[in-house]
Amino acid sequence: MPGDKILLSHGEGGKRTRDLIRKVIVKRFDNPVLAPLFDSGLLGRLDGEIAFTTDGYVVSPAVFPGGDIGRLAVCGTLNDLSVCGARPIAISCSLILEEGFPVETLTTILDSMKAAAAEGNVMVACGDTKVVEKGNADGIFITTAGVGIVSDGWRPAPENVRPGDRVILTGTMGDHQAAVLIARNLLELSARILSDVAPLSSMLLGALSSFGEKVRFMRDPTRGGVGVSLNEMAEASGVRIVLDEGRLPVAESVRGMCEILGFDPLYLANEGKALLIVDGRAAEAIAEALRKTRYGKNAAVIGEVAEGPPGVIMKTVVGGMRAVDYPVGDQLPRIC
Amino acid sequence: MQLKYIDEFRDPRLARGVVGKIRAAWGDRPAMRVMEVCGTHTVSIARAGIRSLLSGVVTLISGPGCPVCVTPDGYIDAAIGLGERPGTILATFGDMLRVPGKRSSLEKERAKGIDARVLYSPLDAVEIAAKNPEKEIVFLGVGFETTAPSIAGAILAAADGRIANFTVLSSIRTIPLAMEVLASDPEVRIEGFLCPAHVSAIIGSDAYLPVAEKFGIPCVVAGFEPLDILYGIYLLLLQKKRGAATVENEYARVATQGGNPKALEVIGKVFRETDTAWRGIGVLPGTGLRIAENYAAFDAERKFGIEIPSAEERTACRCGDVLKGKISPPQCPLFGKACTPEEPYGPCMVSSEGTCAAYFKYGVQ
Amino acid sequence: MCLGVPARVVEVKGTSATVEVGGARREISVLLLDRVTAGDWVILHAGFAIEKLSPEEAEKTLALFREISDATEVH
Repeated sequence: MPGDKILLSHGEGGKRTRDLIRKVIVKRFDNPVLAPLFDSGLLGRLDGEIAFTTDGYVVSPAVFPGGDIGRLAVCGTLNDLSVCGARPIAISCSLILEEGFPVETLTTILDSMKAAAAEGNVMVACGDTKVVEKGNADGIFITTAGVGIVSDGWRPAPENVRPGDRVILTGTMGDHQAAVLIARNLLELSARILSDVAPLSSMLLGALSSFGEKVRFMRDPTRGGVGVSLNEMAEASGVRIVLDEGRLPVAESVRGMCEILGFDPLYLANEGKALLIVDGRAAEAIAEALRKTRYGKNAAVIGEVAEGPPGVIMKTVVGGMRAVDYPVGDQLPRIC
Repeated sequence: MQLKYIDEFRDPRLARGVVGKIRAAWGDRPAMRVMEVCGTHTVSIARAGIRSLLSGVVTLISGPGCPVCVTPDGYIDAAIGLGERPGTILATFGDMLRVPGKRSSLEKERAKGIDARVLYSPLDAVEIAAKNPEKEIVFLGVGFETTAPSIAGAILAAADGRIANFTVLSSIRTIPLAMEVLASDPEVRIEGFLCPAHVSAIIGSDAYLPVAEKFGIPCVVAGFEPLDILYGIYLLLLQKKRGAATVENEYARVATQGGNPKALEVIGKVFRETDTAWRGIGVLPGTGLRIAENYAAFDAERKFGIEIPSAEERTACRCGDVLKGKISPPQCPLFGKACTPEEPYGPCMVSSEGTCAAYFKYGVQ
Repeated sequence: MCLGVPARVVEVKGTSATVEVGGARREISVLLLDRVTAGDWVILHAGFAIEKLSPEEAEKTLALFREISDATEVH
């Protein structure tokens, strides 16, 4: 009913809890594994190396242009599986709700999760719901864990990265964090920026299927953006990555917002993008293949692996060289 | 996807051309010592990798134009003290959040319970005051002439709106006299000044005539885009070559000779000239702006009866010498060891445009 | 200390204006400028337009860059 709120009794295990679970939550995720509502979802025999991941989602506001915390919770976990070459099998959905959270917002979020799971071809196999007293959670927190099977013959191989390899980014940087910042409305900026939150399984597993070992290693550049992820990749492989600033894809509105606030899009979070380090000779072909997919239209080769001490540097637009290091803390709007 | 009046000034082909022209014009003369006064220039230069393009031709010295770096640590302590008063909201530009005072930083105190908010504009603080009449809003008004009119504008808006719960803890400094002090310091040896773009938009390029004339040092007002900086340096090199010492304006699309009269009027209405301490440098007469008597109700120092304690320097920190251009960051014994962006000892490291932070973040190993 | 960005004025209402930078918009104060109209370009700093940007002067400056760039090219 409109205006209905989540109450503490929804989490206490009694009739309200059962109603919430069956009529609101399970009804949406309906599948044979979940249906019996055993204490565990039984997935059957799985053939192949199992990948297992988990993430907590606390984004505020819960609903933002381009998506919501539900879509984020499903896609984030799916993408963590995909960048490790795993076909997703099942995810869990653990909800912590604050007393007073609107039921209507909850159903919107659950519908998003259902749609994202369907798109990502994965089932919600198990879950949990808790309700905490007002003030003890920011509306809604979601934790998802995901299980997948790694494609035969491919596994992430940072140790195979070598000079001559190239770096591909599957699309524009910073859309997600820019959209959330605008939605928070603290900076009173308006812009038509949509979060890029999306399930990348089909795009990435497709690339692995076509190019196999030519793809050495992948990551999804979430918190800390491309800047942090590339540093992690350079560290994992012990190599020097040289970026070409002129080739970094950034949407105009995101650039505009960054120029106003003094932000660097390299460090803004993405939720529908992947970084791939690939065999240099196959880079253009791989980028071209990615550009033919729904979420890879702006895929670009953004840099290469070079000789030299490990780390990330960048050839700037005007031809200079500068380091791209780990940032310290979140970016803040500055006057200087 | 071009951002107008930004991307044209980052054109790679033009940049190559200007760099080529610079090297052709200068030959193998010894590198010219140019001080870029403004912290935004420091960051632009670092982000564009300009040092690497001009090595051997120009030695770029970063000056004290980082308002956060030159604000005495007693200011942060005073701000924290105000924030600890019940019912107080501290509002600040993002630049100040992580700067260490003597005991703590605003970021750390916020985790302990102080209500400290990062805002984009001082007007947002006035709005918060209007919407929260039972709270006291204190805005940390730190900056140079670029920001002074905006802070003055906020005070005027509060006066207009009869908002009684808004004050500014003011820490505003002015540039030209500080440049004269640096120009006269024999240890610093400045051969040219790259003058700040937006300070100049407010005060006008004529403000630097005394520096050029009294000290015989070429001055060029340059914008912040890479091409502005490269061309500005080119103009300085040409002046040096022909033995000239004048003020030229590369940023003519925004800065004029006389500045922005309305902005100057607004500053004159709300502020008065005063002597003020620059962290690491000392007291420079006439280089500060304090809130005028008739706006005393918006002056946090007067309203709350506090005085910003003068800095007791933590002696191992050599921010002062870095700010004066006497040493480069790697020459400070703490750089990269006891003083890093995660655990900064002095403000030059934590400020978004502090010289040491720029070196650390953007310097290529 | 001078982070300011070129912004296009979309609409003026008294001492407030809406400006745009590449699709991002904000309402700001034009208290520090006289006679600002839609279509003008200004420099945006801390929520205020602190000066106007002259498209003619911008073009002159770019022409200077082009002049010395071409002069360097070896044919």
